[in-house]
Amino acid sequence: MSDQVTAFLEATVRTATPLALAALGESISERAGVINVGLEGVIIAGCFGAVVGARQGSVAAGLLAGVAAGVAAALVFACFVVWLRTDQIITGTALTLGALGLTGLLYRAVFGTGGAALSIPTMRPVAIPVLSQIPIVGPALFRQAAVTYLLYAVAASAWWFLSRTHAGLALRAVGEYPEAAQAAGIRPARVQGGAVLISGALGGLAGASLVLAQVGTFAEGMSAGRGFIAIAIVALGRWTPIGVTLAALLFGAASALQFLFQSTGTQLPYQLFLALPYILTLVVLAAGTARGRAPAALGRRDLGVW
Amino acid sequence: MTPSGPPSRALPTSSIGILVLFALAIVGLLAGVLAVSGFDVGDSFAALLRGAAGSSYAVFSATLVRATPLILTGLAVALAFKGGILNIGAEGQLLTGATMATAVVLALGTTSGGWALPIALVAAAVGGAAWALVPAWLRLRFGVLEVISTIMMNFVALYGVGYLVRGPLQEPTRIYPQSASIPAETHLPLLVPGSRLHIGFALAVAAAALAWYVVRETVAGFRLRVVGANPRAAASAAQLDVSRIRLRVFLLSGALAGLAGGVEVTGVTYALYENLSPGYGYTAIAVALLAGLHPGLVVVSGIFLGALEAGAAAMQREAGVPLVLVSVVEALIILAIVGARALLDRRAPRAAEVGT
Repeated sequence: MSDQVTAFLEATVRTATPLALAALGESISERAGVINVGLEGVIIAGCFGAVVGARQGSVAAGLLAGVAAGVAAALVFACFVVWLRTDQIITGTALTLGALGLTGLLYRAVFGTGGAALSIPTMRPVAIPVLSQIPIVGPALFRQAAVTYLLYAVAASAWWFLSRTHAGLALRAVGEYPEAAQAAGIRPARVQGGAVLISGALGGLAGASLVLAQVGTFAEGMSAGRGFIAIAIVALGRWTPIGVTLAALLFGAASALQFLFQSTGTQLPYQLFLALPYILTLVVLAAGTARGRAPAALGRRDLGVW
Repeated sequence: MTPSGPPSRALPTSSIGILVLFALAIVGLLAGVLAVSGFDVGDSFAALLRGAAGSSYAVFSATLVRATPLILTGLAVALAFKGGILNIGAEGQLLTGATMATAVVLALGTTSGGWALPIALVAAAVGGAAWALVPAWLRLRFGVLEVISTIMMNFVALYGVGYLVRGPLQEPTRIYPQSASIPAETHLPLLVPGSRLHIGFALAVAAAALAWYVVRETVAGFRLRVVGANPRAAASAAQLDVSRIRLRVFLLSGALAGLAGGVEVTGVTYALYENLSPGYGYTAIAVALLAGLHPGLVVVSGIFLGALEAGAAAMQREAGVPLVLVSVVEALIILAIVGARALLDRRAPRAAEVGT
């Protein structure tokens, strides 16, 4: 039984890693007042980039290419939303639709129509000495792929950046009250553009971690709604890095449940477990949105006087 | 505080001119995407045209058959957007409608003396509305963004159908993940003899005409436009119950998408299975935006995108171009529209509200 619990916790952290990375990026963008519904598209771009990069022979190239692809997708979004001030939600929907299609198209154009599984280098779990020996939670937290350790660093940096730096304060000011931020000498559009690009980098990293540390190949539409789940995670985590990371773990657990239940030989239909994260998202949004407070200027198209 | 007339109420003639310009721009974009992906642009376009309009079979059995669910779901999205509801859940509502229609038809069988078909279509609309009720309730009660909740409902619907066609609704031999075929008496009659075009197309066009009339000429339509254009003014100046109107719009939108699913099952597939819809509910967003949310023009943009999908299917068969090309083109259409709208807004500030 304790073997099963350990395996369940390990799977929880592993499946939570891409969700947490994407949600941390999204929370930074939302704190600056931009909701990126195109996060799903950013993640699938990161997945594709990671496969192309990893084909060059190394995991590091995969990670870098994934981040670059995520930033490129976010740049398109930023051009429309920050520069042209188009509606954030419709633009994001179009980005998702386009990125899902374009990655599928390019995948077949570059790797052929056979759809055969590509062999790419993947990230294996790296056990951290001593810490991974802690009973039950040790292996879950400290016997993971390196990208999970990167997540710990990203979560800590995001917390430090948002709550302890001038730049973080400026970013939050833009998300709450852009006119006041502008009066204080901050350029709201520039801050929002930067925040969107950061969320693109983290969304791309999330896609790369999905490919390199979980799936090991690319499949059309493999992001499977994780971008939208990540947006729900941001609301559940109340827009704070620590809260967002913990909320991602909850969703990781929901996904990991299917492995646990399958191993216990339950009679319940497996589609129920596949649907569980999406149902959980609905429940969590109802609870989270009702109690949490979103940045005041979230989704606003105008930024006051230019 | 009088609500200003919604910007999309331009003369249809000028909108058609813009539509033609957009169609030309889209052809250019399509050529660009094909060239970048390394396909022969000439061959691909020839296949596209043959598949979309090269023969009477292509027009009636491919283009217009595909246009039917696109008009109905496009109408669903256009009315919702017009009322300020960002319903991205037409796909899930369509699947629920298809499921309801299949279940009703298989349960009633041939015993109901011709009533099974109309009952199934009503059930499909009710199913779609019920699927929309969840995000509508979450929005009105908890303020949950319907963009996210409707997409979650799409995934739940897809897995739900996946379960049903391997469980309670699976065909009798229990081999294939699909429902039993529905009896021939419950098929929608053909509109053009010798083709695959069923009267669902006429139904979709009639629905669009009715929606056009309601939005333009009736009090309910006026309320819908006011609530979509400026909810605060609608509540304070016009004394409208914004929540109630939004709920109704959301349910109507779900019902139309559900009807599209019912029509698809009784007119095209004759059975329920997971890949019943190649993303009609997502294409619907492009249909609605391309029509400028105008219910009448949804017919035109629905046929246009139906032709694009039919042509893309031929491109895949004949030139090996992946079908997903269509969603890239649709995304470019949406981006071009919101981008152009934003540029116009910048020149004439405060001309339009969010949501279009």
